[in-house]
Amino acid sequence: MDIKLTQGDGVPIYQQIINQIKYLIAAGRLSPDDELPPVRVLAQRLLINPNTVVRAYRELETQGLIYKRRGAGTFVAKAVSPLARREQKRILRERADALLVEARHLKFTLDDVLDVVRERDQVLREERGEIGNDG
Amino acid sequence: MDENMAAGGEPVVEVRKLTRKFRRKVALDEVSFEVPRGSVFGLVGENGAGKTTLVKHLLGVLKAQSGDVRVFGKDPVDDPVGVLSQIGYLSEDRDLPGWMRVGQLMRYTQAFYPDWDEAYAEHLRKRFELPLDARIKHLSRGEKAKAGLLVAIAYRPAMLLLDEPSSGLDAGARRDILGAIIRTVADEGRTVFFSSHLLEEVERVADIVCMLHEGKVVFCGPLAEIKARHRRVVLRFDTPQETPPAIPGVLHCEGQGREWAFVCDRPIQEFAEEVARHNATIVDDEEPSLERLFLARVGHKDL
Repeated sequence: MDIKLTQGDGVPIYQQIINQIKYLIAAGRLSPDDELPPVRVLAQRLLINPNTVVRAYRELETQGLIYKRRGAGTFVAKAVSPLARREQKRILRERADALLVEARHLKFTLDDVLDVVRERDQVLREERGEIGNDG
Repeated sequence: MDENMAAGGEPVVEVRKLTRKFRRKVALDEVSFEVPRGSVFGLVGENGAGKTTLVKHLLGVLKAQSGDVRVFGKDPVDDPVGVLSQIGYLSEDRDLPGWMRVGQLMRYTQAFYPDWDEAYAEHLRKRFELPLDARIKHLSRGEKAKAGLLVAIAYRPAMLLLDEPSSGLDAGARRDILGAIIRTVADEGRTVFFSSHLLEEVERVADIVCMLHEGKVVFCGPLAEIKARHRRVVLRFDTPQETPPAIPGVLHCEGQGREWAFVCDRPIQEFAEEVARHNATIVDDEEPSLERLFLARVGHKDL
C-alpha cells in the first residue's frame, strides 16, 4: 500500500490517508479482503503518530470501506458500497476537471476534447483487441 | 497502544503556574500544562522561548521558584531517583563521555538501570550501525545522537524526554529519532515529551502541542483541536485593497491587490458572514500548518 504524505497548509494527514486508501480501493489497487498494514506498522512507515492512523482507519470503517476482524487485522470491505461508487465518481470528476482546465489553456473547445477522448478510447480498445472481437 | 488519545488516569507530568526568573529576565511565566499518560507531547517555540529551562525543571536540575512541578506524581528536586529512573533523556548537546567506546557506553549505562534490555540495546546498535569499538568522540553528529538515543530508550523508560533531538541532524538520523518516538508511544502506555523548533516534525508525531513564546504558553492542547480551530482563508476583494480590512479573529494577514490570505481562529461560518460585509469572496479555505499558526501567533511578517 503506497501512501505519500505532503506537509504544509491544506489537507490534514489523517485525511490524506483516507483519501489515498479510498483512491487505492477505487483504482483496484486494493481488493476486497486485502489486509491493510497494522496501525503501528503504518505509523512507523509514515513516521506519524499512531493515533492519526487510528483516526483514519476508524473513519474508513464508519464509511464501510474497511472492516476489522478481532485479533486478525483490518481488511478492505467486500461489497462496493454506493459510497465507494460515489468516491469513484469523485475521482473521475477530478480528472475531468484537470483535463478541461488544461484544454481551455490550450484553446481547445469541448467538442475537440470529446473527439480526442473518443479517439483515444478507440485506440485503447484496439490495443486490447476488443474491436476485432466485435466485428 | 490505546485507541483513545489519552489513556486517562493521573497525568505523567503536571506543571502548575511555574515561574522562573534569571535576574530580571523572566524565562518562564506562570506556565501550566499536563502530559497525559501514553501521549506524545510536543513543546514548541523559538530559541530562547524557555523550552530548555522548562525541561530542566522536569529533570529536577532547576528548582521551581514559584509554582509546582510533578513528574510521575513526585517532585523531581525532592526525589531525583524516583523520577529520573523512569525517564529516558536525550539532550540537544548529547553530553556523552567522548573517551568511551560505544560498547563501554552501553555497559556503563546498563549498570544504572535494572530494566536495561540487552537484546533490545544490541538490536538498536545494529539498526543504527554503531560499531562497538568506535570512540564516542570520533562519531559523527548523527551517530552521537543515535548513541544518545540508544542509551535513552534501551531500558524502555516510562517517559522519553527529548530536548531538541533533531537539532542539526541529517534526514537519516532525524528519521531514526521520529521512529523511536513512535515506537515508544506505540508500546503500551508509554509517554513521550519532546521539545523542538522543527514544527513539521511536531505536527507529524504530537498528540498534544504546547507553544511557548517569551516564557508564556501561547496555546496548549490536542493538536487536532488546535488545528481544527484555525483556518487559512484566501479572500478575493471586488476592488484592490491598499491595506487589508480589519476582521475580528484574524491572527495574521498577507497579500496584495485583490487577494489576501488570512489566518483566523474562529469558525469559518462566522468568518464568512464577516467577509460578505467587506465585498469579498472566499476563494480558498484550508487548515493551516502548525508552522503557519506559529508564525501567525508570534507575529512574524514573512513566510
